[in-house]
Amino acid sequence: CLPMIRIPEANSLSFEAEYRRFALKKNGAGSFQEFYQLLQTIHRIPGVDVLLGYADIHGDLLPINNDDNFHKALSSANPLLRIIIQRRDEDEPVVFPTNSLQRRKKGLAGLRPSQQKNKPALLIGLPQDFRQISSIIDVDILPETHRRVRLHKHGTHKPLGFYIRDGVSVRVTPQGVEKVPGVFISRLVRGGLAESTGLLGVNDEILEVNGIDVAGKSLDQVTDMMVANSHNLIVTVKPANQRNNVVHRGSKASAGNGSAGSGGSALSHESAHSPASQTVSQCSNSNSVAEGDSDDDDTDLIIESDNLPSYTPHRSLANGNIHGNTPSSGVFGHRPLPQSVSLPSSSSLPTKTSSSQESMREDGNFITL
Amino acid sequence: MFFRLRPCALDELKHTLSFPFVQTVEHGFPNQPSALAYDPKLQLMAIGTKSGAIKVYGAPGVECTGLHKETATVTQLHFFPGQGRILSLLDDNTLHLWEIEQKEQCSHLEEVCSFMLPGRSGIESTSATRVTVLLPKLSCDLLAVGTEGGGVHFLELPSFTLLDRSIFQDEIMQSVPEEYKCGKSLGPVESLQEHPQHPDKILIGYSRGLVVLWDLQIFVVCVFLLQQLESLVWVRSGNSFVSSHSDGGYMVWPVSSSTPCTHEPVTSTIPYGPFPCKAVNKILWRTTESGAPLVLFSGGMPRASYGDRHCLTILQDSQHITLDFTSRVIDFFTIHCIDRDKEFDDPLALVVLLEEELVVIDLQTAGWPTIPSPYLAPLHSSAITCSYHISNVPTKLWDRVISAGQRQCHLQTHTNWPICGGKNLAPSPKQQELLLTGHEDGTVRFWDASGVSLRPLYKLSTANIFQTDCDHNDSLTQAGEEDWPPFRKVGCFDPYSDDPRLGIQKICLCKYSGKLLVAGTAGQVIVLYLCDEKSDHMIDVATVDLLQDREGFTWKGHDRLPPKSSSVPFAPGFQPVVLVQCMPPAAVTAVTLHAEWNLIAFGTSHGFGLFDYHRRLGFHSRCTLHPNDSLAMEGPLSRVKSLKKSLRQSFRRIRKSRVSGKKRVMVSSPSSKVQEANAQLAEQDAEVTPVQRRIEPRSADDSLSGVVRCLCFADTFLRDGTHHGPTMWAGTNSGCVYAYALDVPSQDKFSEQSVEALLGKEIQLMHRAPVVSIAVLDGRGNPLPEPYEVSRDLAKAPDMQGSHSVLIASEEQFKVFMLPRVSAKTKFKLTAHEGCRVRKVALVNFSSVASEDYSENGLVCLTNLGDIHVFSIPALRPQVRYDCIRKEDISGIASCVFTKTGQGFYLISPSEYERFSLSARVITKPLCQLDVDRPHDPSELSKSVGDAEGKSSP
Repeated sequence: CLPMIRIPEANSLSFEAEYRRFALKKNGAGSFQEFYQLLQTIHRIPGVDVLLGYADIHGDLLPINNDDNFHKALSSANPLLRIIIQRRDEDEPVVFPTNSLQRRKKGLAGLRPSQQKNKPALLIGLPQDFRQISSIIDVDILPETHRRVRLHKHGTHKPLGFYIRDGVSVRVTPQGVEKVPGVFISRLVRGGLAESTGLLGVNDEILEVNGIDVAGKSLDQVTDMMVANSHNLIVTVKPANQRNNVVHRGSKASAGNGSAGSGGSALSHESAHSPASQTVSQCSNSNSVAEGDSDDDDTDLIIESDNLPSYTPHRSLANGNIHGNTPSSGVFGHRPLPQSVSLPSSSSLPTKTSSSQESMREDGNFITL
Repeated sequence: MFFRLRPCALDELKHTLSFPFVQTVEHGFPNQPSALAYDPKLQLMAIGTKSGAIKVYGAPGVECTGLHKETATVTQLHFFPGQGRILSLLDDNTLHLWEIEQKEQCSHLEEVCSFMLPGRSGIESTSATRVTVLLPKLSCDLLAVGTEGGGVHFLELPSFTLLDRSIFQDEIMQSVPEEYKCGKSLGPVESLQEHPQHPDKILIGYSRGLVVLWDLQIFVVCVFLLQQLESLVWVRSGNSFVSSHSDGGYMVWPVSSSTPCTHEPVTSTIPYGPFPCKAVNKILWRTTESGAPLVLFSGGMPRASYGDRHCLTILQDSQHITLDFTSRVIDFFTIHCIDRDKEFDDPLALVVLLEEELVVIDLQTAGWPTIPSPYLAPLHSSAITCSYHISNVPTKLWDRVISAGQRQCHLQTHTNWPICGGKNLAPSPKQQELLLTGHEDGTVRFWDASGVSLRPLYKLSTANIFQTDCDHNDSLTQAGEEDWPPFRKVGCFDPYSDDPRLGIQKICLCKYSGKLLVAGTAGQVIVLYLCDEKSDHMIDVATVDLLQDREGFTWKGHDRLPPKSSSVPFAPGFQPVVLVQCMPPAAVTAVTLHAEWNLIAFGTSHGFGLFDYHRRLGFHSRCTLHPNDSLAMEGPLSRVKSLKKSLRQSFRRIRKSRVSGKKRVMVSSPSSKVQEANAQLAEQDAEVTPVQRRIEPRSADDSLSGVVRCLCFADTFLRDGTHHGPTMWAGTNSGCVYAYALDVPSQDKFSEQSVEALLGKEIQLMHRAPVVSIAVLDGRGNPLPEPYEVSRDLAKAPDMQGSHSVLIASEEQFKVFMLPRVSAKTKFKLTAHEGCRVRKVALVNFSSVASEDYSENGLVCLTNLGDIHVFSIPALRPQVRYDCIRKEDISGIASCVFTKTGQGFYLISPSEYERFSLSARVITKPLCQLDVDRPHDPSELSKSVGDAEGKSSP
């Protein structure tokens, strides 16, 4: 049995707080969803959207939002696990200062002592409040001279903002130095995504695009590959400026860090230079990068017309308004896919058939008109 | 679920099927021909081109090709009669010997050796040894070579051994009486002709006008002409010869040993005088048993009035015809009796090689009509704008098309094709295949593509249903021409389109019902049906507004083509049912036809429309424009630009052809050196400014995102999984797919009830790449059969039990979605992996070589890099990849069309289709046999070649 404390903060502004303590079987813990529902039942707040956090052995506040970090949280309990529940307020994002836990450390055993009390609180939001735009990945498997950068175009309105050109690359081979054609970044657009990350620079040589070697490919081919992958672009570059290279640290693969990486991937832009940010550790297999990752990004939008009658011999006369109400493609173009979107026009239409509801749930990305 | 190249799966497939890629045959007319030769013994014709290719043609189906290692112009070709050997002269002054080799069932040309005339010691100038004329003796053992320096050299054949008996100018000068010498030099050797009766006697003509007859090394006779010499020809008897001149005249000269030197010709004529005329480039004199000899010559037209015409004159007694061609005459020959015992030539036919086509004239039929050519069809008689292929054409449709086509050719005889050497060993094709080409002038040409030679069957013109400015032009020019010279327009090459709006963009044919859908540049969509009777009727016109009251757009492009308001006569063949005009009248970018439902669908850059041609009623249209897309309304600006460009080019062409009228070009003139240097500079400039490419995802408001790229009809499940019905799918340039459920009334209620379309699904591909093709697959993963195939028991019914799927091919990836829910099942991201973009896609049925019945369907795709990929369906596993077209050859890639059985065509020049095959079973290539009679045994030849001097290579 595992005792657990919860420090729910229903709303940080109203100072309403409620503490509960209960036990959970360590090996019998189910999925995150079940746990989430359990908490909602215990606190009698069904339907309230909340954020879960826990304190790890270092005293850092880490999120619980999926099965993996939920199990990690459980495994870190010794035997007490402190969970903080907070209502998600969309109007005003709640931000925890990093030392929020340290202020409460009196009641906790084994937490790290606070280090710099004078340092002003650095505001770090929860992963949900960030929109990740880039990350350095695969630091452990790449040579120090190379850098693999992932640009998340999805969800931003910024242009990717870079240009590439042909050039000559000098390679050191057993036969000596030889010149081979290569593809280089020629220009960064001001205010573009590429420039704002600071991870790509002019004259960086492009070695791979989404795990595929560009050697022997023409500029046009590389352009097409990048455009085809632009929703989830992973470029491996050899930076022209080699002074900011990542230095390998031997201890990078400790268990705690690893899990933090997998759980809190969205923080990696901040910890970009830390080896712990192995956001996509499975990247070692280039094929799985190209296929596996892009799978989520690449889901097409299927708009179902619900006034298309299930096969009937007579026709519906209401077809006139579908054409008018079809949203122009720009409406859904750049947004991250919502689970389910109800567009205004759907309210005036008859209720959905059960079959289309099922398909909605399964595929997760259907938009119903 | 994703499929990558798995070795095991590939092996399994390789056992049953293989996809061997071969380029099999070239259809059409060789681009830029430059030389012509004929072998009267083997009855073979050879054509050389500026790119260094030699093509040999005999009877239909008999052909073979050779390509020089050097890409230099073939300036002359000569057959060694009967031996199957061809001698070629390139403009780099090298001689090459080719032999026709027989391997298995194929004949092909192989280069045996090459030779370059060594410079004469002490003479630096290279032009002195530049070869001007070649004369292989009829005995085939000796070659006389005339040079620019005026020397005549003799080479032993086939070894190319230079014999020590050259005739140099100074020798000639010594033998010739003083009054015949014209200054210091005689000029280049212009003509060498072997005496028809005495093989040892050779007539040598020099450019400045001196003609001498040599009997081996003995001077026999000489004449001096006052005019610069252009060509010489013997009269069959050998008692006289004919010379043609730069002033447009020709003279007949007697040959008798009694009067060795003469000033006086028997006759001297300038046929188109008395005003200054252009040179007569080549003359032939053919005697006939029936009477007066036939005189055939090219050029000689009055310089001022008709100097720009490309003409060939046929004269016999009072009969006089001036064949007026649309392109330059390269060379010509007659097919006549070569039997030495016969007294007369009695020519059968005249074969004229023009820059853009081959014309054959029947010389035995009164009026000298043309003989339709079974091959070398001028595909580009008007520029090809699209092509469409139909496999397995039903005999019924085939016969009707052929009979309609036969009624179209009036001025042609049905004399047998006179060039009939070799045996065609190819089995008669298993099925009839049609290739339809759409042209810039609004015509659609039907070609028999079943075999090696692409044969014209029928020509459909759509221009006659519109009012165009050029209607009365033809009659005007006809009337404006005078009676003399007696011009006759011959040939069909006519590159000048009267109205670019007539251009054909898309074609679709239902081979079972004979319904044809043709769509053009000005948004015209014409439904035609095959009718065996002629008729005279008004054309039904319907207008479909594709903008759908979308505000803020004004079309700035061309107007629609006004249809004729009166009734129009139509010959038997395809006659229009209805003309649909899209508004705005932008070029049609996609069409499809379902003859069983009487429906057509068409799309432009603005939207698409659905039309019921039975009731003549448009029942649905949709605007696909993005609100930010302004370019779509600009109209075909690029078209205007290209028209200007083509005009400029045609002017340039005319100018160039005037300049290139002179036969020889200098090896390296100072001006060409300057040009070379400029070209190099330009290249360096290009290197200084590096090419940049912007990396940006496609966005919704990219220009021309609304262009409809593909349309398809299918009977499948869109509403739910248990009821199937007619559907229509449309894909756009911005990666959007619209799926409509159609309510089509049953056959007997067509006239009463109208069709209705309900938008069922709208799919936005996340990567927004243009949708290239959409196809519905049945429960077994096979493509759905064509309309009528099932109802007429011509194909197996599709599997309606298992769930259907739709294959959507975009420029970047292929994706299979399950129906009716449209959930993604499999995909292959081609661009992400290979960096190439999909240009053409087709579903192809590959049948196995081992077993007659076994076949598999595959997805064949051509990319912007010119390579071909084959994928399995519906799993989308990559099978093979081949390089096919050079990636720089954009027009070749754009013109590629696949057949349903795994073959394909693409344009390698404006006038030639290359045919290729991916199927091991279906291959169309020339299989032929040529019986050659070569006295020398190959091993002996190669030995003697090794001994040959100079630059010859074994």
